[in-house]
Amino acid sequence: MKAVLRAGTAVIAIMLAAAPAIAAETPKRGGTLTYMIPADSSPSFDGHREGTFATVHATAPFYSVLIRVDPENPSSTTDFVCDVCTELPKPTNEGRTYTFKLRDGIKYHDGSPLTSADVKASWEHIIFPPAGVLSPRQSYYLMVDRIEAPDPTTVVFRLKFATSAFLPALADPRTYLYQKANLDKDPRWYEKNILGSGPFKFVSYETGQAVNGVRNPDYYHKGLPYLDGFRAIYAEKQVTRIDAIRADRAATEFRGIPPASRDELKAALGDKLTVQLSDWNCGSFVEPNHKRKPFDDPRVRRALTLAIDRWGGVPPLSKVADVHTVGGIVFPGSPLAATKEELHKIAGFWPDIEKSRAEARRLLKEAGAEGLSFELVNRAVDQPYKYVGTWLIDEWSKVGLKVKMRTLSTGPWLAAARASDFEVFLGANCQAVTNPLMDIQRYLPGSVYAANYAQFEDPKQVALYDKMLHETDFTRQRALMREFEKHVIDTETHALWIVWWYRGIAHQSYMKGWKISSSHFLNQDLARVWLDK
Amino acid sequence: MTIAAPSPSGIAALVDDNLAPRGIFAVIFSFLRRQPVGAIGITLVLIFGLAGVFANWLAPYNPTSNDFSAMTEAPSWAHWLGTDQLGRDLFSRILFGARTAFIVGLTAAFVGGVTGLVLGVGSAYFGGPVDLWLQRVLDIVMAFPLIIMALVVVSIFGTGLQNVILAITIPLIPRCARVVRSSALAIREVPYVDAARALGFGHIRIILRHMVPNVMGPFLVIITAFVGQAILAEAALSYLGLGVQEPVPAWGLMLQGGAEEYATTAPWIAVFPGLAIMLTVFGINLFGDSLRDELDPKLRDR
Repeated sequence: MKAVLRAGTAVIAIMLAAAPAIAAETPKRGGTLTYMIPADSSPSFDGHREGTFATVHATAPFYSVLIRVDPENPSSTTDFVCDVCTELPKPTNEGRTYTFKLRDGIKYHDGSPLTSADVKASWEHIIFPPAGVLSPRQSYYLMVDRIEAPDPTTVVFRLKFATSAFLPALADPRTYLYQKANLDKDPRWYEKNILGSGPFKFVSYETGQAVNGVRNPDYYHKGLPYLDGFRAIYAEKQVTRIDAIRADRAATEFRGIPPASRDELKAALGDKLTVQLSDWNCGSFVEPNHKRKPFDDPRVRRALTLAIDRWGGVPPLSKVADVHTVGGIVFPGSPLAATKEELHKIAGFWPDIEKSRAEARRLLKEAGAEGLSFELVNRAVDQPYKYVGTWLIDEWSKVGLKVKMRTLSTGPWLAAARASDFEVFLGANCQAVTNPLMDIQRYLPGSVYAANYAQFEDPKQVALYDKMLHETDFTRQRALMREFEKHVIDTETHALWIVWWYRGIAHQSYMKGWKISSSHFLNQDLARVWLDK
Repeated sequence: MTIAAPSPSGIAALVDDNLAPRGIFAVIFSFLRRQPVGAIGITLVLIFGLAGVFANWLAPYNPTSNDFSAMTEAPSWAHWLGTDQLGRDLFSRILFGARTAFIVGLTAAFVGGVTGLVLGVGSAYFGGPVDLWLQRVLDIVMAFPLIIMALVVVSIFGTGLQNVILAITIPLIPRCARVVRSSALAIREVPYVDAARALGFGHIRIILRHMVPNVMGPFLVIITAFVGQAILAEAALSYLGLGVQEPVPAWGLMLQGGAEEYATTAPWIAVFPGLAIMLTVFGINLFGDSLRDELDPKLRDR
């Protein structure tokens, strides 16, 4: 852990040292940025509906949002700035009312003005979706009572209760501001169409191939964007993307490049390539299906987590896979995250792996599940899914478990999850803005968090979460978080938290103005990106 | 006119060596002597086949165990063919990969071949509407290239060893049926089949006793070719991520993922599984060609 902290400190130091140099350069105008999207296509263009970066990387440059993480400091977990609003409001009514004033003169790409009615309609599309509209992050806004638009430049969010989780939730980069008229016409219009007010105008979509955008001359942030346009090319295979960057057919990709490929590119391109690194608010978890025997037995679920040597396995695994930090369910950079000493008390994180595995064998024997065979459903994506899956299977074999892996491409993998068609599922919890109180909703039962497919109910856990969400004292909230964490990944083991990922972006050095963050969803509107050539 | 009866020694002299009944070893030795290229082929196949059968005893390491202290190690005395990115011994994985390749290759070739044999001979024997409709169905299946058809089947039934075998077997059936049918059509017209029919033998008996043995030559040749095709198809499906799944050792799977990522820094991860596929299929093809030459009277003495 010390090594991890040291590495993190070094990365931050390097980034801070580089910051003045970056700031000192005068951006140049013009040029078209070509980048790769590591996917076969975007499932739809609707940011409200989709959870995948494949949609965000293709569509974020076309849209505005209400507030956002500061693009000049995207690594910050607390630094929010206005996008279409004029200034961040101070909450009133005991922290339950937020009033936003909108900038003047914001226009959609078809020339029509953006008003508070559009903002209200967009947020209601996310928070109170009409029948038939999917809004997977709806529960992030469970504190919102109603949204009002008293005049064309004012939007008011009225909350049911005050919570520090509201503002970070509001800064989610997928909360695109859609046109009310289009939503009224068809609530699903934006799944297949693009019309925003962001820094770039939509030009064309070559099905499954590329998305093209051109500079919006009427962009309300004067002087931006710097680029004339962009071309985002879909390329699912990593080799294709690496070759494209090596040959300068593309400047970069914005998800993450594994260590070996980064090293290979650096060796080939030298100073022509820049690498930015960051801890990633994204990690691998395992969900046993509680309705499938013997995973209805908490002893068996607990044995699964006890068998995994995270402290010993993750450091070497991080040399070949996009993983890095051993941590609990809260992003390690957050004040609400567990310390190493606190983690040592949780099953699967004990410092003595032999003791841990002995306990796993005992529990399996006691539950009559010795030598258990089961299938692990995994996503057919190398980094880091298949690496983590292969590692886990080897770890489980050390307590006598016989595990087969079934890998599925993204669509069927999601379908298997949604249908709970698995014994044990390997997934990822990837969040945009670091907002622990919302990020951990992933572990709540499906009746509360619709995208939890492990098929269990746990009123005690829900009550604990509710208490924590309403708690305004940080110390008490942190203590409740420890209790919640212990309950979820130890006592009940509803899920196994495996490892936090690590993000490395290698880009052509001529691409400037883009700063890495802890999420591949953040800072993707490309407004500040420029080409030094 | 007197015709002298030949002496026993004279009769023996008239009998061709080839017509005399011989033991299996003599037949094999004779084949190897006449077909040296085939001998090389069958040697390669036997090496990999036996490696697969005895992998449990021959492999120095567990093929699925990660060893993080030996990641991407170059070939050495400890790891003859090096290790992959998770520290797994490549030699052990190639030995166990041979087992996967031959299980898929032999099963798909045998099941696909035998099913094709039954359909081909049956189609030729019954003729008429049975032949017409059966052939049209087989035409439809054959319209798809083997790998495309296999992809479709895997997409429907999912990945995994059994489904891969099924995916490869289905497209092989019409290919075998078509070849066997053309031979069977000629045999259907020969007098001994008419005689069998006239004597009141049942369809099954005529097909099994009088037709099938006479199409065994082309059948054996095509079965041999199928083994190679099936091994290649399995490797292709696994490479595409649609075949057997990690951590099961399979040659095509070993060429995917890490092999691509480490192609320049640890090329042995890709080279040795690729070599194993190439040598095995090369061996099978050499043997198949020689078998065809041996079984075809026109080619035998060239």
